[in-house]
Amino acid sequence: MNKGQTMHRVAVALTLIAVALIAALPALSDNYLLRLGTMGAMYAILALSWNIIGGFAGYPSFSTAAFFGLGAYSGAILQGAGLPMPLAWVAAGLIAMAFATLLGLAILHLKGHYFAIASLVVAEVLLEITTSWTSLTGGGMGLNLPIIRISIDAQARLFFWSMLAIAVMALGMNYWVSRHRLGFGLMCIRQNEDAASMVGINTTLYKVTAFALSAVLVGAAGALYASWVFYIEPPDVFATLTSVKPIVMAMLGGAGTVLGPAIGAVLFLAMEELVWRNLLQIHAAALGLLIVALIFFLPGGLLGLVTGKRKRRVVAKKGETTSNSAVKGGAA
Amino acid sequence: MLYAQILVNGLILGGLYACIAVGFSLVWGVLNVINILHGSFVVLGSYVAYFAYVHLGIHPFLSIVLSGALLFALGYVIQAGLINRVIAAPVLTTLVLTFGLELLLNNAVLVAFSADYRAVQLANPMGSQIIGGIVFPMERVMATLLALALTGLLYLMLAKSKIGRSIVAVRMDPEAAALMGVKVKRIYAVTFGVGALMAGAAGSLLSVVFPISPLNSTEFLGIAFVVCVLGGLGSIAGAMVGGLALGVIESFGALLIGPQHGLTIAFSLLILLLIVRPTGIMGRRGYE
Amino acid sequence: MSPILELTNVTQRFGGLTAVDDVTLSVMPGEVVGLIGPNGAGKTTLVNVITGVYRGTGTIVFDGQRIEALKPYQISRLGVARTYQVVQPFPEMTALENVMAPATFAHAGVSLTTAREKAAEALDFVGLGAEKDKRASSLTLAGRKRLELAKSLAMEPKVLLLDEVNAGLNPAEIDVAVDLIRRIAARGVTIIIIEHLMKVVMNLCTRIVVLHHGAKIAEGAPDTVTSDPAVIEAYLGNRYAKRAAERAAAAAGGAHG
Repeated sequence: MNKGQTMHRVAVALTLIAVALIAALPALSDNYLLRLGTMGAMYAILALSWNIIGGFAGYPSFSTAAFFGLGAYSGAILQGAGLPMPLAWVAAGLIAMAFATLLGLAILHLKGHYFAIASLVVAEVLLEITTSWTSLTGGGMGLNLPIIRISIDAQARLFFWSMLAIAVMALGMNYWVSRHRLGFGLMCIRQNEDAASMVGINTTLYKVTAFALSAVLVGAAGALYASWVFYIEPPDVFATLTSVKPIVMAMLGGAGTVLGPAIGAVLFLAMEELVWRNLLQIHAAALGLLIVALIFFLPGGLLGLVTGKRKRRVVAKKGETTSNSAVKGGAA
Repeated sequence: MLYAQILVNGLILGGLYACIAVGFSLVWGVLNVINILHGSFVVLGSYVAYFAYVHLGIHPFLSIVLSGALLFALGYVIQAGLINRVIAAPVLTTLVLTFGLELLLNNAVLVAFSADYRAVQLANPMGSQIIGGIVFPMERVMATLLALALTGLLYLMLAKSKIGRSIVAVRMDPEAAALMGVKVKRIYAVTFGVGALMAGAAGSLLSVVFPISPLNSTEFLGIAFVVCVLGGLGSIAGAMVGGLALGVIESFGALLIGPQHGLTIAFSLLILLLIVRPTGIMGRRGYE
Repeated sequence: MSPILELTNVTQRFGGLTAVDDVTLSVMPGEVVGLIGPNGAGKTTLVNVITGVYRGTGTIVFDGQRIEALKPYQISRLGVARTYQVVQPFPEMTALENVMAPATFAHAGVSLTTAREKAAEALDFVGLGAEKDKRASSLTLAGRKRLELAKSLAMEPKVLLLDEVNAGLNPAEIDVAVDLIRRIAARGVTIIIIEHLMKVVMNLCTRIVVLHHGAKIAEGAPDTVTSDPAVIEAYLGNRYAKRAAERAAAAAGGAHG
């Protein structure tokens, strides 16, 4: 128990140090690194957000692209209508959250593949609507965002720090959920939804809450992304890969853990940069190979590698000294 | 007369859709695996037909044997070598795995054949027949009839043959089937192979109707999804009904809203159906 | 005293099949009621209707409140707990975490720390205290059945519905389980138990209710119910019932003569 608490404190301290170091990235004044950092923070937001519904609750959601695209277009349209940029980001997050709540009420009663398909198709439908609704969204021509009147360097720093701030919020959200009854309830739902309902969990409320939480920061990140790149078009922000990549990142680091998706996001970005940029022709195949390798050689993710080993050792020790621990249990 | 023509067009399209979807439905129903590779299997079938025609002079209607056999082998190997190892894992695992394999396969096809659209230019096209004022494009009609015949053959195979009965038994209760001496993993591999076979054969038939490109795989996969949800998962008849329904809906939808929105209508319908009636129009289960 | 649970004209149909047929039943606080009947008599379905898994017709009043339209989680929060015929643990969690779940969610405002204490207490009560850190999936069948009991106890129920908690246990394990159920009843929990083993029913129950083809065909004290011709007929078929009736008549005649 004490050892666990110490481990926990060390993990929290290391995370804070890592965040502080990353936040100091602009000091190197390397715009390429800063761009990577912004991308990494964005990936972390997507993976950590997916983790709430996919990792904790075990619902295979492919809705990330829908939330991201909806956030991007909401933010862009609101900014175009004159709303200050930061407010547009907040509004985009709330819009995505409201959308997820309604969508969740409609499709979270579906199980397994049916839920996966429904969540996947939502992005396709939004893509079509966005493409067709030319008067509001600019249609297939895309949408330009208002120019910001500060220097290029200052812009790079602004977007980096903002994205990082949302990523830290996503991390905090995961930490909070994991230690709160919501996280415990979601874990019960993942393992046996009928039994979860029988022990008094309002499964509909919990699932919809998880779905809404998995959307809010993705929506904000989408709006931030739109402000960052100045120009968005439907196939860019509603891409199916935007739904799949966060799942791969979370699985890479360890789905259902707090830090896993963030670590997975950073590793994924590193691979994307190192491997795929150099193999442009076969970058999709490289991603495919990564996925296949991940499933066969690292099914619990990197963190699963660490904790899995630990668990096995504990179980073995318990098995040897059952009588002993019974005595200890009685004494305590 | 216009409506009759559109209905005929829809039914012709729908028969092909049924053939695309039936293998996908079989794999989903028996293995509980959503095979994201299915679209690429169809595309591969079309390429087999294309090259068989261009280099060997075999008509696409005959090369279904070739594409079916090749795709069966590919499917069998993928299931036996890879998917069988994680068949007991949660839904997300197999879903992501087949997605990863799809990225690999589709990229390979893209590199091998490029994204350019190709078309089978038949030396002796059958042209069109006009019966009662309705135009019947004969290649398409033949392709559809063959597609429906193949689907019927699959039905017979499941109902009559020993291996078909094993597949049905595994679908109903894998543990009981194992106790009765069925080698469940082998049946899984055969089922996946048969699913790929149907995709490949459908690809051959489609090669006389649609241009061929690796970029089509997503659309074929989407069609398979929609047909399964429309017709209800797990029955050949469901796939038939779903396929024909989608074909007709798409044809009339194209008339009403414009041809570019065909798939959008299908997808919207899909979501609506999932919300309201997840078991499909037929609402029955089981390959019986 | 008013009944803690009162069913009036409860019916549940599945298509053409009437699984529960117009059952009226009232249970007093502190009773241990045995629910028996041949396979397929509708016992588990009745439990599912009471706990809100199925929604039938008729009224169900629990503790003065109508519950037939509530959802399972709402009913369990009011104080109706159940165990399953096929045990339903959260397989990847430890025994302690399994019991923490109902301790956390059955009542509002319970912190995880309090829930942990309650869970440990419930595990000790059922005799699983030593195995609280084991994964639920690694427990023996008897252990998992006791885990189910601990889970339902942690909800601090007023009524506990036990669905074949003894199925698959050996005689020694059954003795332990019966003793455990008796101790739970002694805490003042009203118990409705579905059970096939007549020894257990006769031992534990203050009253027995017999279902056949979904309908209630008899109820009363254990001795009277087991000698009821309708019950014997339901269990053993017509021929045996007649013979038993003849034997009873002969015995009565002999006593008079």
